[in-house]
Amino acid sequence: MSQTKKELLVDPLVDNNPITLQVLGICSAPAVTSSLQVAFVMALAVTFVTGFASMFISILRNQIPGSIRIIVQMVIIASLVILVDQILKAYAFQISKTLSVFVGLIITNCIVMGRAEAFAMKNPPMASFIDGVGNGMGYGLILLLVGFIRELFGAGSLFGVTILETVNNGGWYVPNGMLLLPPSAFFIIGLIIWAFRTWKPDQIEEREYKIQSVEAH
Amino acid sequence: MSDTQNKGLIARFLAASPDSVGKTIIVAVAVCLVASMIVSAAAVSLRPVQEANKLKDKQVNILQVAGVYEPGINVGEAFAAFEPQVLELESGAFTDQFDAATFDDLAAASDPELSVALADDPAGIGRKAKYRVIYLLRDDAGGLDKVILPIHGYGLWSTLYGFIALEANGNDIYGLQFYQHGETPGLGAEVDNPRWKTLWQGKRLHDDAGNLQITVARSQPAAGADHHIDGLAGATLTTVGVDNLVKFWMGDQGYAPFLAKLQAGEI
Repeated sequence: MSQTKKELLVDPLVDNNPITLQVLGICSAPAVTSSLQVAFVMALAVTFVTGFASMFISILRNQIPGSIRIIVQMVIIASLVILVDQILKAYAFQISKTLSVFVGLIITNCIVMGRAEAFAMKNPPMASFIDGVGNGMGYGLILLLVGFIRELFGAGSLFGVTILETVNNGGWYVPNGMLLLPPSAFFIIGLIIWAFRTWKPDQIEEREYKIQSVEAH
Repeated sequence: MSDTQNKGLIARFLAASPDSVGKTIIVAVAVCLVASMIVSAAAVSLRPVQEANKLKDKQVNILQVAGVYEPGINVGEAFAAFEPQVLELESGAFTDQFDAATFDDLAAASDPELSVALADDPAGIGRKAKYRVIYLLRDDAGGLDKVILPIHGYGLWSTLYGFIALEANGNDIYGLQFYQHGETPGLGAEVDNPRWKTLWQGKRLHDDAGNLQITVARSQPAAGADHHIDGLAGATLTTVGVDNLVKFWMGDQGYAPFLAKLQAGEI
């Protein structure tokens, strides 16, 4: 194994971020970033699930039959997600109410599956766990960035604490309502990808095709 | 002689090729069994805490709509002041058929025995339970202070579930609160905005002639400001939904028979 444990943990934050470089997990990002608190809990939940799912799958990797490996991975991931959902419902009821179905949808988050297939099936448990946690944190980092922008400019608050007093509450700030709608997350993620790739030009992919000039008749 | 013959059953199983049919089946069954045991153990052991959360959440909402909630109070104790009653909507009378503490009127709405399908359905709820659990708050002298009525109906994206608190005269609104909805954050979800909710306080359901006049809309209706709650800016369809559901529940299909009794001082 060439990567050290620290690299496994830190790489997915910027250099190999699951959202900005691998472009995975985009589907859930718009839904859970309208406020920072929700984004934060979601980031924790995903980190927990990717870490432990990768670890358990890695422990079983030599025993999982190739023909049903995806199903076995799904069973492990789904069980962990249900566990997280149940625990949130029991001990963080208000937050679980706002997250509603999105906790359950971690099952379909491509990052969890992606790391299981790409890394955990080929690497030992400890490395897989760290890789999973690193990727969960990479996902969480982007969620928090997007959530920060959306909540601050969309609702004038951070973690529910009012920073910019909005007009609705008698203040001066006219919030940008579009930022609270899911599509705005796509724009913000797009801008973040642009910023990352300007900062680290290695991340720019080769074009898969070139437009050829057409000869005139 | 190969190594595998000297090993035990488990070691031989582990060493076998994972792609054989037998092993595929065994692995599938084993993984599912272990996973289902973990999931059901978690679900069963955490259920009491979850149920308590749900109950507390509902109680907090009832306390809030009645204006007696403050952060940090003992919810169970404060809630003991409220008297739950099962109300038969059609007659507007209380019934002892069910235990008010455990009767689930939202579940009853999908029970054919206990509910009716709505032909005229402005609130967009499909079926209506014949019985609802309402809460009476009495003052220190034992007289009726407020009644808290559950209401729900469709907004823009979701069904809004909430409570409306009325003064003992059955006509003046004390407050309105939704405890569950999925409206657009920043727009329709402003139904949770405390400043908007205070607009409800002191509004009157009926005019002096006894007609239901309460209106949630952008512009003031002919009936006057007493019956008008300003709509939410940028959330026209949620506003229309709230307007419909309040009119529905306060109207003849909803609590009207009960409100008539309340106004006549028969409760």
